[in-house]
Amino acid sequence: MNDTLKNHATLAEKFNRDIPRVDWHDKTLWFVREKRDKAANQIPDWEKLRETASQIKNNVLSNLHDYLVEFENNAQQNGITVHWASTPKEHNEIVHRIIQQHGVEHIVKSKSMLTEECGLNEYLEHQGIEVVDTDLGERIVQLAGEPPSHIVLPCIHWKKEEIGELFHQHLGTPKGNADPQFLTSAARAHLREHFLHSKVAITGVNFAVAETGEFVVCTNEGNADLGVQLADVHIACMGIEKIIPQRKHLGIFLRLLARSATGQPITTYSSHFQKPRAGQEMHIVLVDNGRSERLGSEDFRNALKCIRCGACFNTCPVYRRSGGHSYHTAVAGPIGSILAPALDMEKNADLPFASTLCGSCTNVCPVKIDIHDQLYKWRQVLVKNGHVTRGKKFSMMSMRFLLSHSSLYNFSGTLGRWVMRNLPSLVNNKFNPWYKQREMPQAPAQSFRSWYLKNKQHGK
Amino acid sequence: MGSREKILAAVKTNQPPLSPLPSNWQGSKHTTNLKEQFIQTVTNIGGLVIEVNSVEEIIPAVKDKFPETTRIVNLLESPKPTGASLGDPHEFENVTIAIMQGQLGVAENGAVWLTDKQMGDRVLPYICENLVLVMKSTEIVPTLHEAYERIGSSDYGLGTFLAGPSKTADIEQSLVLGAHGPKSLMVYLLP
Repeated sequence: MNDTLKNHATLAEKFNRDIPRVDWHDKTLWFVREKRDKAANQIPDWEKLRETASQIKNNVLSNLHDYLVEFENNAQQNGITVHWASTPKEHNEIVHRIIQQHGVEHIVKSKSMLTEECGLNEYLEHQGIEVVDTDLGERIVQLAGEPPSHIVLPCIHWKKEEIGELFHQHLGTPKGNADPQFLTSAARAHLREHFLHSKVAITGVNFAVAETGEFVVCTNEGNADLGVQLADVHIACMGIEKIIPQRKHLGIFLRLLARSATGQPITTYSSHFQKPRAGQEMHIVLVDNGRSERLGSEDFRNALKCIRCGACFNTCPVYRRSGGHSYHTAVAGPIGSILAPALDMEKNADLPFASTLCGSCTNVCPVKIDIHDQLYKWRQVLVKNGHVTRGKKFSMMSMRFLLSHSSLYNFSGTLGRWVMRNLPSLVNNKFNPWYKQREMPQAPAQSFRSWYLKNKQHGK
Repeated sequence: MGSREKILAAVKTNQPPLSPLPSNWQGSKHTTNLKEQFIQTVTNIGGLVIEVNSVEEIIPAVKDKFPETTRIVNLLESPKPTGASLGDPHEFENVTIAIMQGQLGVAENGAVWLTDKQMGDRVLPYICENLVLVMKSTEIVPTLHEAYERIGSSDYGLGTFLAGPSKTADIEQSLVLGAHGPKSLMVYLLP
């Protein structure tokens, strides 16, 4: 493994230097997780909904070819132009070509993790096109020159005072004003201008219905709708796995999505786009980028069921305490950690290790993706393919040797306990990664094995 | 081979054996009063529900609530909004109140379904500063499943579930109403 690559542990260490901030970040996300629990508990059929959603998604993956063709046919009949892109580059070129055909240099975009995955903003900016992200959180990180740190809450790592300062610099708001209500209304006025003057609007897609050729976009702010309804051209970008079979299945997914994401009963807007309005152009770009290949992997295909709610982020003890940017990918958190290695194993080899394997992500996932199992399986694939550090490889081999030789194991246990009691500085130092930010435990006087043998002899 | 063919071929080769769709959704029985639940849920998500006896009561009530309103677009009588002659959605930028019909309401999440047939112009429910929806209380269904049963295979250009005023909590999880769309949403319920 190349040690100069971005690494979760190193980036998380940087994030952890500011302890009060980590505590605040942790608590804020846990608050969202609790809202999710409250919302889920109000639905008596919650577990049945998850199971049904999971089964629908399994069906989608097993019949994706036909559903894609059906969706394309129906969308075309509805007057929507359908494009196909194998790679991020192809996706970006298609979008750029449509923008060029309209002679536009300025566009608005609502939230789309796919365009983040494809690096669309950077690409278009290289071509001289200004992209304005219109989701408030995304606009904040865009003004700051950062990527989002969370797929649903893009600036969850920013404090309101910092946003006040950022808006003071970029939008001319009074210095020192950090009132969320005031800052939101400043952003509303600023972005309203962009909505009114953009001829092309890009959105993501939450669900695309094969049966009807329509697609659904969910937002709370109304930014996707305002953008596309004031623009001459609507470009919707989606991964091929976003297909669902029938319109009525939206009932299942929309009941789960917002409750899992933020604890709301539904997002403010769930817009079903079936046909362009008179005089408007509507485009859909279907993107593969490794999805079709992953479909063939029994161990990892389930990750394609993801509906991008972010519940696994909010519950993850590692995400909450390391921050989204330590994952160095468009999609962070537990789900990002199983998606990213399939896109680039070498660059993302650290991510499946950024987990305690506690399984909380799997428990909250509304479509029942076996996230923690996949994290564990990725670790095995990464080790087999030589994508772990020599240090980790060596220590794993040593542990294997140790654990398969019982007398050596007993001896090193005794030695370890003795060292921890009598020469604690040998382990309580900076060369021991387990000592970082932790106290070492008190060594017990005896091992469990000797306690057991002794007590067994006493006939207990 | 173009990307379309390449992607479809790879999907066909790699997709697992057919896994059946689950049987039709059968949820738990609903015992709550739908109207009460709808009113409570809309209130919880930042909206307001007002019960009236007739359509005639609505316009005076709205004017009373917003005495300083400069431009009202009322779509209750005619689905064609005044000012739409140019067919340019930018025309509606200064609308303070838009009044339109909702087709059905969902008790569990406070959402109201409407399509472009009720919107006059597709931009109106999003660009107006305050949105007023009018619907019959008999059109309230328990959950989204019943809502989609009612929607069926109906044809529309744009259909939307609209739940409360536009909102954001992107700044430190503080809820602010009126992100980009309407700052307020009222639902007038007819008997």
